[in-house]
Amino acid sequence: MSALPSAVGRTLTQTGEDGSQSAGQSVAEEAFLPTCEEVPCAPNILRPEGEIKLEARSLNMYYGSFQALRNVSMAIPERRITALIGPSGCGKSSFLRCFNRMNDMIDGFRLEGDVLLEGNDIYRRDLDLAYLRKRVGMVFQAPNPFPMSIYDNIAYGPRLHGRPDRSELDQIVEQSLRQAALWDEVKDKLRQSALGLSGGQQQRLCIARVLAVQPEVLLMDEPASALDPTATFHIEELMLQLMEHYTIVIVTHNMYQASRVSQYTGFFLMGELVEFGHTEQIFETPRDKRTDDYIRGRFG
Amino acid sequence: MTRPHLVHPRHVQNMMYIVLSLMAAVVVLPVLGLLAYMMIKGLAGLNPDLFLKGSQALLPAMVGTLYLVLLTAAIAAPIGIAAAVYLSEYAHRGILVRLIRLAIINLAGVPSVVHGLFGLALFVMMLKFGRCLLSGAATMALLVLPLIISASEEALRQVPQRLRDGSLALGATRWQTIRRVVLPNALPGIMTGLILSISRAAGETAPILFTAAFLSLTNPYPESLFDEILALPYQLFVMTSEMPSVPAETKWATAFVLVVLVLGLNIGAILWRTHLRRAKRW
Repeated sequence: MSALPSAVGRTLTQTGEDGSQSAGQSVAEEAFLPTCEEVPCAPNILRPEGEIKLEARSLNMYYGSFQALRNVSMAIPERRITALIGPSGCGKSSFLRCFNRMNDMIDGFRLEGDVLLEGNDIYRRDLDLAYLRKRVGMVFQAPNPFPMSIYDNIAYGPRLHGRPDRSELDQIVEQSLRQAALWDEVKDKLRQSALGLSGGQQQRLCIARVLAVQPEVLLMDEPASALDPTATFHIEELMLQLMEHYTIVIVTHNMYQASRVSQYTGFFLMGELVEFGHTEQIFETPRDKRTDDYIRGRFG
Repeated sequence: MTRPHLVHPRHVQNMMYIVLSLMAAVVVLPVLGLLAYMMIKGLAGLNPDLFLKGSQALLPAMVGTLYLVLLTAAIAAPIGIAAAVYLSEYAHRGILVRLIRLAIINLAGVPSVVHGLFGLALFVMMLKFGRCLLSGAATMALLVLPLIISASEEALRQVPQRLRDGSLALGATRWQTIRRVVLPNALPGIMTGLILSISRAAGETAPILFTAAFLSLTNPYPESLFDEILALPYQLFVMTSEMPSVPAETKWATAFVLVVLVLGLNIGAILWRTHLRRAKRW
């Protein structure tokens, strides 16, 4: 664990057309991983060891004249759970939605800086948005199953991206529901409406629905905030299992949840990434006074 | 100390309840009265001959109205629904959209007889369709288009945003999202617009006055889109205004049949809509 010192405020050059970056990643790690001289970053922002799956560099985000993110740089490690915490309106959800470009549709949305998936700019012009979102899946705050059968909900994604035959679909549906720890509860009623499930089951269905398109990253926007404690427990257990195969980024209001499930935690305040580091370090020995105040419940 | 009410709120409440329910009754009574009067007068004149015999036979007129209504829906529904989808799902707020909305509102405000004149100029004369089923249905489609658009837009708006987000986040394109999630869920509401427009089209006289309707035909049933048609509301109009020799019961019977036809179309469409709604919920 090493906190990077404050860096010079130099802006990065565009990385969109740069294919050599991802190619060079495995050969020479040094060449790809930017040092603090390359990336302007605040103090108390850790750069995790190991493979970096997602990265934001000097992000400034605006909704019209409102600035939602202020110079945020963060590297998100592969196959770990990274939690984003902070009070309401701090920009953590906006930040999360940069990684699958769900902010694009909002009127007045503007972004400066780079967002990289395995070193490739995901905001470049010729990017295939459908392909990006297939790789970077998202689970929303409120369960949002489609008003269709359980089976059709899971099959929705695979049917978008191709024409799987019956047996392939059956297999994908079963596998996804098993992965989401829902199979035993719904295997006898796959043809029934998904709206008949409980809130916790619906949320696991939504997770299964995302897993069915075989993403690499799971973005979770307060996935348990609408659920009761038992259902929340199920979701957290599930996340810890999924970590083995997926990179997970979770936005949460619940600090206990962040400390229970995540290995890395970032604390946002008023659009700024105040501190990012190992979860124990953030919760036990925060470096920034504002993090300390928030963790101890002095505001927010 | 606050001063007491002049009249106790409970008494005001009771009074208002009576006033409001009376007002509601005032709305209902004429409708019921009209229906009852028409039934009494019309049922007396109803007999099998009325449908088949003479120049005022109802059956050809019913068939003509049915054709007109179906063709109108076939023309207006795709255009109207497509426009609503564009406005609600694709368009950003801008000058173009505001212009389109303004045009729709104005189209809805144009008197139906003006639609009729416009249809005469455009479809009958300029496009040389002649006075025929197609011209009439096209004119009628213009009339009901705003109804269909606004009802469909409302229905599309009712589909929760989180369903669209869920679909897009799975990598669906905008069209895939519309086709697979938005439209199926908006269908019952879109149906409501169609129902309204169909019964409107069945009852209107002015738009077909110059574009499609004839009273006496050598061949009473249209065989192509370019044949004239008989239509119930037009037949009733001519009968009442130009044929004093026709007995009053026949006119009331015609009116009765027209109302039953429109109500029947409405009820049928409502049943279909309910069926769609239930099918969606499993």
